[in-house]
Amino acid sequence: MRRHLLQGIIHAPLTEPAPEPDDAVMGELAAALDRAARRRLGRSLSIREVDAGSCNGCELEINALSNAFYDLERFGLRFVASPRHADVLLVTGPLTKNMRVALERTYNAMPDPKFVVALGDCAKNGGMFAGSDACLDGVSKVVPVDLHIPGCPPSPRDILAGLLALLEKIGA
Amino acid sequence: MASLQELIAQGQRIAAHRGATRAVVDAATWILAARELQDGRLSLLGLWGELGAVHMALLDPAAHEIALLSLDAAAGRFPSVGQFHPPAIRLERTVRDLHGLDPANAPDTRPWLDHTKPYEFLPAEGEHLHQIPVGPVHAAVIEPGHFRFTAGGETVVRLEERLGYAHKGIEKLMTGAPLERAAQLAGRVSGDSTVAYAIAFARAAEAALGIEVPARAVWLRALMAELERIANHFGDIGAICNDASFAMMHAHCGVLRERVLRAADTTFGHRLMRDVVVPGGVARDIDTAGIAAIRELLADAQRKFPPLIKLYDDTASLQDRTVGAGILRTELAEQFAAGGYVGRASGRRFDARRDLAYAPYDALTFEVPVRAEGDVNARVWVRIGEVEQSLKLIVQILDRLPSGATYAPVAAAAGEGIAIIEGFRGDILVWLRLGTGGTVERCHLRDPSWFQWPLLEAAIEGNIVADFPLCNKSFNCSYSGHDL
Repeated sequence: MRRHLLQGIIHAPLTEPAPEPDDAVMGELAAALDRAARRRLGRSLSIREVDAGSCNGCELEINALSNAFYDLERFGLRFVASPRHADVLLVTGPLTKNMRVALERTYNAMPDPKFVVALGDCAKNGGMFAGSDACLDGVSKVVPVDLHIPGCPPSPRDILAGLLALLEKIGA
Repeated sequence: MASLQELIAQGQRIAAHRGATRAVVDAATWILAARELQDGRLSLLGLWGELGAVHMALLDPAAHEIALLSLDAAAGRFPSVGQFHPPAIRLERTVRDLHGLDPANAPDTRPWLDHTKPYEFLPAEGEHLHQIPVGPVHAAVIEPGHFRFTAGGETVVRLEERLGYAHKGIEKLMTGAPLERAAQLAGRVSGDSTVAYAIAFARAAEAALGIEVPARAVWLRALMAELERIANHFGDIGAICNDASFAMMHAHCGVLRERVLRAADTTFGHRLMRDVVVPGGVARDIDTAGIAAIRELLADAQRKFPPLIKLYDDTASLQDRTVGAGILRTELAEQFAAGGYVGRASGRRFDARRDLAYAPYDALTFEVPVRAEGDVNARVWVRIGEVEQSLKLIVQILDRLPSGATYAPVAAAAGEGIAIIEGFRGDILVWLRLGTGGTVERCHLRDPSWFQWPLLEAAIEGNIVADFPLCNKSFNCSYSGHDL
């Protein structure tokens, strides 16, 4: 274990730096998100995620945000275990009928001000599952959606960019 | 005693069915088959319904033979298989929920995927017992499901799962859909297995239509399947260690997983390789940049993974959590025909790639890692072994990739077929019937999780509540794949 720890100290972090052209976007995002979050919410942004019947593809990419390349928490964004601690409700899936009550209760448990982000094509209007007897075709049927991040699934980079857009919208 | 061949012989063979034999049998033969399952001579691979009929897929584990039995259920009833063979119980509850067919003498008459009716959990009574309800919204970023724990102090006395929260009605959406849309839906049954499902669906369609897929497409599919396997194994090995509070493995494995997804994105244009496998072949050929990206990935993984294996093996505090936790007995793994690392960590030697030897695995060299202990540690080691094997498979595939076309046109015609392929989680079964014009009449997709979820209830018994996330992650069953 010592060897791994030592290498961690010696080697440069994998977390993507700002200067590279592609990474410049990430760097700007980092600065902008941090400033905006502090100005508008006075602290970091806490996110409660709810899977409302997704295929789990969106969850894979949301979880990837925490890996060393994206390192979500450096932006002041973090996932919380309870809706009572959350500013943002991040919802995936077409909203199955079987998840309706759970989503409503999670939303109602959040303190104001609160924002809802619908993540992925399904969350917008049911996506591929639109028209199913078992689905409600979109998160907005039950909770008010502030922002939609498209993709099937959206990449971690898309998700990060979307969260910035939310902050811009809050400030507008 | 009746062998699979004898059971088929007692029924009427359906000539149009391809991929395995299907026979329409009477109720007596149906029950005889259930008895064979009960006695452990056959394994249940699936049980599903449609309007007026039920089907079950059976495996003769000794002969590696598969067959389907169908029973007319126009009267709305069929003899329960679950009364003899418990693995069929949840499948039969689902048949009733989705198709209104009643399993006669079924031991559990509660609904399963249908949440509109009142639901009672099984009783667990005793002095000083208490219940802990968890979910469907969990503390972490995971799929929805409900776990009802009954605990005596810290020890789990009983766990009962309630699933179905992710039920999207996928099979009903497929009915009447053109082949292309149905293939896309199949790729969205379980996102972590999007390649595996796309291959299973494509193979079932190709069997139904009698299409020969170009060799290059078959090999590219295997390349994607192995990339998907190692991406999931990397992610889960790290996540299991994280649930034992060993974050360092999680961080390093997360990097390996991300590198696989980036290589997949470079090579196939999508991080999860969604919608790349299509009936008739693959939608995208690999170019030299893609091959270079995968070779680079291989070199990186071969360099970085062995020290992580050593780290896992050398860390006593981590082993203290994984060794002896969540033991799944071999008899249960065999009875439920548990696929993937869940079965293979408990001594069940089945891997569809080897035992059903579909192309191109019949031409590739690989081993199937098996352990006997059945604990969290064994499931980790099976996954470690599978990563090593998959890395070797990817080398072979790149070295021997055939040239030529990657797609053969698919005619819009009628037919029936079945395919079973090995996803990272275990064997995925897809059964498909196409009507005239090539639209889907009925498609059934059976996730490996159907035969793994019930075993988690058994494996957690006697463990402490705090070890549930660890045990659950070591199984990593799919909610969406199960709920359909």
